[in-house]
Amino acid sequence: MKSSGFWGSLFSRHDTLSFVVLALILLVVLPLSLDIFRLSLMGKYMTYAFVALGLALCWGYGGVLSLGQGVFFGLGGYMLAMFLKLESSDPESTAIQTTPGIPDFMDWNQITELPWFWEPFYSFPFTLAAVLVVPTAFAYLIGVAMFKRRVSGVYFAIITQAIAAILTILIIGQQGYTGGVNGITDLRTLLGWNIRSDFARYVFYFVCVGLLLLCIVISQFVSRSKLGRILVAMRGAEDRVRFSGYDVANFKTFVFCLGAAFSAIGGAMFTLQVGFMSPSFIGIVPSIEMVIFCAVGGRLSIYGSVYGALLVSWARTAFSESFPELWLFAMGALFIAVVLAFPDGLAGLYNQYGRRHVERQLDKWLLTLKSSTRTASVKGVAHERQ
Amino acid sequence: MNASNTDFVLAVENLTVSFDGFKAVDDLNLYVDEGEIRVIIGPNGAGKTTVLDLICGRTRSTQGSIRFRNRELTKMTESDIVKSGVGRKFQTPSVYTELTVYENLEISYPKGRNVFGSLFFRRDETIVRKCEEVAEMILLKDQLYDSAGLLSHGQKQWLEIGMLLIQDPELLMLDEPVAGMSVTERHETAKLLRRISENRSVIVIEHDMQFVAEIADKVTVLHQGKILTEGPIDTVKNDPKVVEVYLGH
Ligand SMILES: Nc1ncnc2c1ncn2[C@@H]1O[C@H](COP(=O)(O)OP(=O)(O)OP(=O)(O)O)[C@@H](O)[C@H]1O
Ligand SMILES: [Mg+2]
Repeated sequence: MKSSGFWGSLFSRHDTLSFVVLALILLVVLPLSLDIFRLSLMGKYMTYAFVALGLALCWGYGGVLSLGQGVFFGLGGYMLAMFLKLESSDPESTAIQTTPGIPDFMDWNQITELPWFWEPFYSFPFTLAAVLVVPTAFAYLIGVAMFKRRVSGVYFAIITQAIAAILTILIIGQQGYTGGVNGITDLRTLLGWNIRSDFARYVFYFVCVGLLLLCIVISQFVSRSKLGRILVAMRGAEDRVRFSGYDVANFKTFVFCLGAAFSAIGGAMFTLQVGFMSPSFIGIVPSIEMVIFCAVGGRLSIYGSVYGALLVSWARTAFSESFPELWLFAMGALFIAVVLAFPDGLAGLYNQYGRRHVERQLDKWLLTLKSSTRTASVKGVAHERQ
Repeated sequence: MNASNTDFVLAVENLTVSFDGFKAVDDLNLYVDEGEIRVIIGPNGAGKTTVLDLICGRTRSTQGSIRFRNRELTKMTESDIVKSGVGRKFQTPSVYTELTVYENLEISYPKGRNVFGSLFFRRDETIVRKCEEVAEMILLKDQLYDSAGLLSHGQKQWLEIGMLLIQDPELLMLDEPVAGMSVTERHETAKLLRRISENRSVIVIEHDMQFVAEIADKVTVLHQGKILTEGPIDTVKNDPKVVEVYLGH
């Protein structure tokens, strides 16, 4: 096994190809072929790819199925939405309220003072930290509480689902503090900068791509580290890992937290690009959809899960434009089909049928590349001799 | 519990575990010497696997003490028991079928065992050499970079033994290590056990009496969670009680 430096230790040759292809599609092909409305829509789908990527590590690698990833997506999104909402609620633009200077939904709910936990969200650096820290810390608490007690498999999945349901109910119930069922809406500027302009949308799209690629690099690092192999080992023979001196719960907690952190970044980018955040992205249905994205793309594949999120979300929009009432059934059917017929999703199909040809083609290119540089250098040497 | 210190590697005293009133291990006393190969035999359901489960912390005892080099194990976590030097092979070979033989051994190597240690773990010359060395001992040198899922049943047994050897435990516990092995493989395994017991104690659970005769220093016969008899293989084999409950059929 030869590796060429840092990159080589993180990416196999085929991973490099997958990474470059994905980067080209997201950075070049889509921006050149879609108008800003469609591109922005892709940016929104991409925010789900963060969740799917986290699930690939957590569920695909570690065997920890979470049916509550919407919780972390939502928390990340809400953290940023709180900041943006405060910025949009300055005393001038809220002058008609009973209490100017607080978010409109608080005013509608007869709240006359900004609640204490909203105060820190005036600070942008605090908000950025909170986007990452709050969901991850919450995941850590869940992880420690569950995995140390050896709760796993279906039981863990059901508990995460219950947490998603509880959080949704909590947010809807505490309307005055959270914006209730409508969520936090009417977000306008980020540090004085109009987030609804076409230019801002372009910027957010590229920031989103950049962050997604960064998360992919992190995933590569994790999956190719010894920790990645321990996760795979744990999935198959948990007791063997435990009785080889590892504290299995810590590894599950780690990968669950990582999945949560990715989801939170996705959630924050969602708020930024779509302009609001609501409980409808936290609950049971969105959380299960995220799992379907990952399953369709291929839960064992970092890249597969990303394509899964993009393609299924795109299909949903296309499909529900024409047959809105059929979408849920189509989604269910898709999931059943994947589980029964292609348990490794699109990535599995690719590995089975496409990959061989791609690898062969890659071999050819690299060979011609090598021989052409060699002839060039031979010619160079010949020149020097003359 | 304030039991007196002993020279034994392992001293199990008054060990009892009951599952809903059923005593799978009942007031057991067992002492294992330095460098000894102890074989535990007994009919199905006698409680042999349960004894190993208790020692390695997989099952918690209802009563009694287990002291390993005079350290009480009954209250320790599984990973601490492993770290103190107790290794255990499962009854059904348990290896990581999705990883290569090399990776199986490397994961078992006692380095980078916590989350961040394993995240930033770097393969070095010592580890690679150690894995190759163990692979040679367990006769899997040529399969080092093959997926462990492709190994035969017997080779998986060896690999699991290798995964324990690389941790260099002072007490090695093997649950039916030659199940599914051919006669030649059994001989190889017996040789391997002789070699590895030079500097550690080994507890083996086995049904194959020929293999037992080949390796045992001392045999313990377990029946209904209790010791029926204990001693050298020839005495045990001819004990009428043993013949009646175990060897007779
Ligand atoms: N966790 C458990 N809960 C309930 N009963 C158990 C548990 N573990 C073992 N037993 C029971 O304890 C008894 C002893 O089981 P054990 O697996 O130790 O037998 P064994 O001697 O290893 O048998 P074999 O030769 O078949 O492997 C059996 O009756 C088994 O059903
Ligand atoms: Mg058994």
